[in-house]
Amino acid sequence: MNATEGKNEIIPIAPAELPIRAMEMKNKGYRLSQACAAWLKKEKKLELSYSFVDDDTYDIFSLRISLEDAERDTEIASISEIFSYASFYENEMRELFGANIKYIGMDLQNKLYRIQEETPFVPKKEEA
Amino acid sequence: MAKRSVIPYGPQHPVLPEPIHLDLVLEDEKVVEAIPSIGFIHRGLEKLTEKRDFNQMAYVAERICGICSFGHGYGYCETVEHIMGIEVPARANYLRTIWFELSRLHSHLLWAGLMADAFGFENLFYQCWRVREKVLDCIELTTGGRVIFSVNKVGGVIKDITPEMQKAILDTMDYVEKETKILKKTFMNDYSVQSRMKGVGVLTKEQAHALGCAGPFARASGIATDMRMRGYAAYGELDMEPIISNDGDCYGRCEVRIGEIFQSIDLIRQAIGKIPEGEIAAVVKGNPDGEYFMRIEQPRGEADYYVRGNGTPNLDRMRVRTPTFANLAGLCETLKGADYADIGILVVTIDPCISCTER
Repeated sequence: MNATEGKNEIIPIAPAELPIRAMEMKNKGYRLSQACAAWLKKEKKLELSYSFVDDDTYDIFSLRISLEDAERDTEIASISEIFSYASFYENEMRELFGANIKYIGMDLQNKLYRIQEETPFVPKKEEA
Repeated sequence: MAKRSVIPYGPQHPVLPEPIHLDLVLEDEKVVEAIPSIGFIHRGLEKLTEKRDFNQMAYVAERICGICSFGHGYGYCETVEHIMGIEVPARANYLRTIWFELSRLHSHLLWAGLMADAFGFENLFYQCWRVREKVLDCIELTTGGRVIFSVNKVGGVIKDITPEMQKAILDTMDYVEKETKILKKTFMNDYSVQSRMKGVGVLTKEQAHALGCAGPFARASGIATDMRMRGYAAYGELDMEPIISNDGDCYGRCEVRIGEIFQSIDLIRQAIGKIPEGEIAAVVKGNPDGEYFMRIEQPRGEADYYVRGNGTPNLDRMRVRTPTFANLAGLCETLKGADYADIGILVVTIDPCISCTER
């Protein structure tokens, strides 16, 4: 078999760039493979990653937004107008990590998962 | 316009193997819109990185799901191995491939049984699961477990498959192949079965791409993407091509999965024929420091793994995006315009795994 590993790149972007960069990915015919958040304990940073894939070449490009602790409330525009199914990922990032994602197409109002604790994957502001 | 009504479907329902809730907007008996709701079994497994070290997380990853268990353990371990620059021995890669394909076999046969049950063919359901038992026997013979068998670790595997076991697997593959050929005739040619699946829940190639669908669900709509083509584990040294259908309906999805049963049998035979001698695990030193995105082909489709290490035994992040999470939007699209009586079949047709999805 002719295996094709594909590229695997992480591209840092500013929060305001996200919609236009997502649109570029859409125009290239890429699929949104996943989006997720991570809280970096040592650096005290919130990272959002949006991974786009080319199904022909198996390339994966992850757009990366990094937010310092003090910037955690920065408004991130939803890309669900561009990739409708991004709503599921965005609801998850907001509910578990407190990412301030606005204008989600299918806004589940923090009811994606039935959990008691708010934003359990990040420390509360005073603990951070 | 007919009167509209909203029917709640699930989370507990005879046809649903796992809890998912759908609000179905109906006009008479036609579905106009479906709004999914999950979250009944979210366990917060990814948060356990705070309490478990990166080696223990391999066992947590395996417990994300009872059916895709091996794949989750493998996907997680391979992601950590990339970060740590560990070169896994060739024999371990072949062993992982054999167990992965045995897992795919039992998952697809489980699905075939559930599908038969969903359209009311009890005998066919029993026959599928009878064949599946033989695959589980192979897994038990080689690992000691039947569904969750914990043979992956960061750096390789913890058990080997002896020549006698290989012979037993090959004999079982002959049996499974013979029996699946009989099952295939019923699934593909029986008039009653066809009448429940043909033309039901059609998703075009363009729709499948636009909705981010993955795995057999996408391949049944003509998207020739299979993560095994990336060549991870030993797949790069085996011959295979993605199995696709252009029907885009329930029949097409069934055709793809049954085709993949034969493909898995072929891959197991190839892997056993080529497996090299040697070590089954590499020595692992230190802690992961860095990040990696990894994609593999689970039985239900593409699964994404992300690991972020910080140089300590406890990871900053372990994230799994499961195939069902990717296929929820596609499912809702196929439900639009469907008859109410077909909802059960359509939900099963994506091979949903809600435990995986919610982690």
